[in-house]
Amino acid sequence: MTVESTAARKPRRSAGSKAGTTGAERTTRTTARKAAEPELVQLLTPEGKRVKNAKNAEYAKYVAGVTPEELRGLYRDMVLTRRFDAEATALQRQGELGLWASLLGQEAAQIGSGRALRDDDYVFPTYREHGVAWCRGVDPTNLLGMFRGVNNGGWDPNGNNFHLYTIVIGSQTLHATGYAMGVAKDGADSAVIAYFGDGASSQGDVAESFTFSAVYNAPVVFFCQNNQWAISEPTEKQTRVPLYQRAQGYGFPGVRVDGNDVLACLAVTRWALDRARDGAGPTLVEAYTYRMGAHTTSDDPTKYRADEEREAWEAKDPILRLRRYLEASNHTDEGFFAELEAESEALGRRVREAVRAMPDPDRFAIFENVYADGHALVDEERAQFAAYQASFATESDSGFAAGSGGN
Amino acid sequence: MAESVTSKNLALAKAINESLRRALEADPKVLIMGEDVGKLGGVFRVTDGLQKDFGESRVIDTPLAESGIVGTAIGLALRGYRPVVEIQFDGFVFPAYDQIVTQLAKMHARSLGKVKLPVVVRIPYGGGIGAVEHHSESPEALFAHVSGLKIVSPSNASDAYWMMQQAIQSDDPVIFFEPKRRYWDKGEVNTEAIPGPLHRAQVVREGTDLTLVAYGPMVKLCQEVAAAAAEEGKNLEVLDLRSVSPLDFDSIQASVEKTRRLVVVHEAPVFFGSGAEIAARITERCFYHLEAPVLRVGGYHAPYPPARLEEEYLPGLDRVLDAVDRALAY
Ligand SMILES: Cc1ncc(C[n+]2csc(CCOP(=O)(O)OP(=O)(O)O)c2C)c(N)n1
Repeated sequence: MTVESTAARKPRRSAGSKAGTTGAERTTRTTARKAAEPELVQLLTPEGKRVKNAKNAEYAKYVAGVTPEELRGLYRDMVLTRRFDAEATALQRQGELGLWASLLGQEAAQIGSGRALRDDDYVFPTYREHGVAWCRGVDPTNLLGMFRGVNNGGWDPNGNNFHLYTIVIGSQTLHATGYAMGVAKDGADSAVIAYFGDGASSQGDVAESFTFSAVYNAPVVFFCQNNQWAISEPTEKQTRVPLYQRAQGYGFPGVRVDGNDVLACLAVTRWALDRARDGAGPTLVEAYTYRMGAHTTSDDPTKYRADEEREAWEAKDPILRLRRYLEASNHTDEGFFAELEAESEALGRRVREAVRAMPDPDRFAIFENVYADGHALVDEERAQFAAYQASFATESDSGFAAGSGGN
Repeated sequence: MAESVTSKNLALAKAINESLRRALEADPKVLIMGEDVGKLGGVFRVTDGLQKDFGESRVIDTPLAESGIVGTAIGLALRGYRPVVEIQFDGFVFPAYDQIVTQLAKMHARSLGKVKLPVVVRIPYGGGIGAVEHHSESPEALFAHVSGLKIVSPSNASDAYWMMQQAIQSDDPVIFFEPKRRYWDKGEVNTEAIPGPLHRAQVVREGTDLTLVAYGPMVKLCQEVAAAAAEEGKNLEVLDLRSVSPLDFDSIQASVEKTRRLVVVHEAPVFFGSGAEIAARITERCFYHLEAPVLRVGGYHAPYPPARLEEEYLPGLDRVLDAVDRALAY
C-alpha cells in the first residue's frame, strides 16, 4: 500500500560483463547513477502551491485541519531554526565553537516531523537534529555545549523526551527500538522516533533495529533524512534501491516524503506515529532532502560536489516554499515577517551571548558521573589529581613555579 | 649526507600517503578501502589523490559500515588481495571490533596456518585536536589483548612511511594506529633507506638517569620532557616503542639496565593499559636493576573528556616531569 513499486531496476548485464577471463576486473557499474527521483509524497510544490492527488490523499488527511496560525508556527520554527544554525556556524568561525554540524536545508524535514510529535513521544536524534530539538523545547544554547567542548551532552534527555545527540552513526536506532519495545510492554500509547542519515542506513545497527522493531512490532518511526550525502559519499554509495523500499524486506511500510515540504513531513510523520500508537508497528519514513552546507565546519564540499547541485536544491528551499504559500493564501501580513525578523535577531543575540558566557567546566568534572555507584579507582585518581593540582598552588605561593605551567 | 633526491621533508600524513602510493604501484593486489577515502582523500587527506591515480577499483569508497569494511576486507584477503582499510576515527572502530577480534585475529590459527590475512587497519587515534566525543581515544590496549593481531604506531614521518610498507607486506593483520595530532609534523623521509624491523623499539635520545618509554603521539612529548629535564641536569633516555604488539621488551630491558628507572607514558587510560604490561614484565626482568618502581603516566579511568578539559586529561610536560621526579626521588 505504502510501499511504492518503482520502475524496473533489474541490473542489466552489459556485454563486457564476462571479461573475467581476461583477468580484468569484471565490468560493474561503479559510477553513480542518480536514480530518477521517485515520486514523493508532496503537499506543497516549490512554488508554494498545494498539491492534491490520489497518492498523497492518505497523508493529506493528517493536515486537513491545519490552521493558518499553525502554518505560521511552522514557518516561524523553520526561520528561527535556520537563524540559530547560522549563528552557530558563525560562532564556529569566530572560534567560539570547535565544530558545528549545520542543518541548513533540512528545516522542513525536522520541523515537520518534530511538530508531529506529542509531548509523551520520545526522540532519538543523531547530531544534526537542531530543529527537532527546537520543537521539543530544548533550549538551543544547550545544544552548543558539546560543540564548544564543555560537555558531551548538555541536557537531561528526560526533561523533554529528547535523547542526547549520538555521534556514532546508527547506534541510536537500536536504542529507539528498545525504548519502543518498553513503551509497548508498558501498554502506553506513545510513540518513539529515531533520526538518522542516508549514510547511517548502511550500518549494521540500523539493519538490526529494523529486524528487532519488526519482530517485536515496536511502536517506532524511523525517520531517515536522506540529504544526499554522507560527508563526501553520495547516497548511491550506500544503496542501489531507494531507501524507503528497504522497509518492505523487513515487513513494515516505507514511504518517501518530500523533505523540503514541511506540510508533507508533518502529515507523513503523523500518519506513521498513528500507526505506531495503534499497534501497527514500525514505519520507515525517508525524507528526501538536501544538506545545503558542508557536512560540518571541518568539511570542504568543493572537493566532491558541484555548485550546480546546490543551486538546483536552493530552488526547492523549504522556507521560501512555505512563505510563498502563506503569502498566496493571505495568511500573513508584513507585520508577521517583520516581527519574525526581529525575533530571529534576538535569538541570534541570545545564543551568541550565551555561548560567550559559557564557562569552561571545572577540571574535576573529569571524575564526575563515571559511575552511578562510585568506584574506588576513580576516587583514588581524583585524589591524586587534586594533590597534583595543589602542588602547583603551593609552589606558586612560595614563588617557585616559574615556567612550570601551573595554570 | 648531502641532500638526495630520495630524501624528502614530509608531514607524517603525507608520508603515509606516499607510502600507500608506493604500495599501490608495487602490487596490484593492494587495495585502499574506507569512508571518504576517494574523492575527498579521507577526512585527514591521508589518501589524497590516490583514487584519481589508481581508480575506483583500487581506492574504494565504502558504505558507512565499519563491520562491513573489515568483514569484506577479510574476504578480499582470502581471495588474495591486500586491503588497507581506513577507520575514520578511533571511536568508530567498535562496529568493526567484532570482525577484528573474532575473525581477523583468529582465522590464521583456526585454519592451521593455511589462511593468511594481510589486512592493515589504519586508525587515526589519540587526542589533542579539540574534537568532539569518540574522536580522541586510544584503544590500543583493547586490541593488544587479542592474540593474532599486530599493533603498531609510528611517531614520526620516516617511521610512518616505512612502517606502512612493512605493515602492508606483513602476512598478519596489522592494526596501524596513526597519531592524528602529529599528522602535520614534518620530518625527513628517505625512501631508499633500509628500515629496521617493524617491531623494534628505537632509542631516540640517549640518557643515563631514567628511561622514558612511549609510542605514537607521546614520543614527541617525551623528547620535550627530556629536553626540559636536561636543563635541570637530568639525563633521560627516550625509547620509542613503535610497536605495541609484539612489544620489544629486550630494548626496554637494555635501557633500564643502564638507567635503572622507568616511566611509561601513553594517552590511553593507565588502568589495564599497555603501561601495566610493560611495568609487570620489566619488574620481572629487571627486578635487581630497578632503583624505583616503574611509574606510568596516562589517561584516567574516566571517559575521554570534552575538548576544554583534554589538556587536564592528557599527559603533558608537567605530569611527566612530575613522574620523573618521583622516580628519581627513590
Ligand atoms: C560509526 C561511525 N563511523 C563513521 C563516523 C564518521 N561520520 C560522522 S558523520 C558521517 C556521515 C554520516 O552521513 P549520514 O548518515 O548520511 O548523515 P548526515 O551527516 O548526512 O546527516 C560519518 C562518516 C561516525 N560518526 N560513526
